[in-house]
Amino acid sequence: MNKPMPRPPLPERSADEKRAFKRELTEVVPHLRAFARGLCGRPDMADDLVQETLLKAWAAQDRFEPGTSMRAWTFVILRNAYLTDMRRNRFRGDYDETVAERVLIAPAGQEEPIHLSDMHRALLTLPPERREALLLVGAGGFSYEEAASICGCAVGTIKSRVGRARAALTVMIEEGNIPDRTLADPAAHRAILEELDEVAAGHGRSVATR
Amino acid sequence: MPDGGSRLLYTRGQQLHFMAGGKKDKKGMSPKSGPKPGDPEWAAGLKRLYDSVVEEPLPDAFTDLLKKLDAAD
Repeated sequence: MNKPMPRPPLPERSADEKRAFKRELTEVVPHLRAFARGLCGRPDMADDLVQETLLKAWAAQDRFEPGTSMRAWTFVILRNAYLTDMRRNRFRGDYDETVAERVLIAPAGQEEPIHLSDMHRALLTLPPERREALLLVGAGGFSYEEAASICGCAVGTIKSRVGRARAALTVMIEEGNIPDRTLADPAAHRAILEELDEVAAGHGRSVATR
Repeated sequence: MPDGGSRLLYTRGQQLHFMAGGKKDKKGMSPKSGPKPGDPEWAAGLKRLYDSVVEEPLPDAFTDLLKKLDAAD
């Protein structure tokens, strides 16, 4: 953790509101970790991202509207931090070794279990926009509307991204055509970076204050 | 990235059929939030991947950080 601490002091909030904010922020940390882990493959980087998010959220707590979704609000902060870091460091979605051993139980009657590691690797090959859309809707349980609000784009855009992500994953997984763990595949990597540039250029960004 | 004219259809057994070309009825398989019957079999895996992280014990670094936030306030 080498990020600067947030800038105190903050505008006044009631003690109750502060306590509530802190409690909600604490509760959402596991979800932030899961979202971050899905976005960037390396657990250490994902956790750095979450810490950065917590600091930013804390510093911006006066902009959080009590009663609204803390998870959605912090996810916006996390994804913006991710996009910034990603553009700055070009950190790649490296494969998470620690999930390699975990195996999904296959539903009854199905032959081949899906390995979590396969799932994760396949996910990491998706362009960031589609990956986050699928994570939000397919894993995080957000509605299309909520996901659109988090990503700062139209609902139709989210639907299209989720649809494309699902189609790509289905093909990869059903055909057993899951890319190599290091993402060494230059085509996949280039596609990711190209899409990222587009996202970073302004389209995918949104503010945590709505 | 397979896009465009290709469509995916799911049968009850969640077996996958890949159809290239066809253009009718696009509403039939509109995705829902979270794995549901009719989702591809990996959909539950995606949720599992997410939940497996949610269920991990929180590393000390986070507990420490959260404590520090209070102190800095």
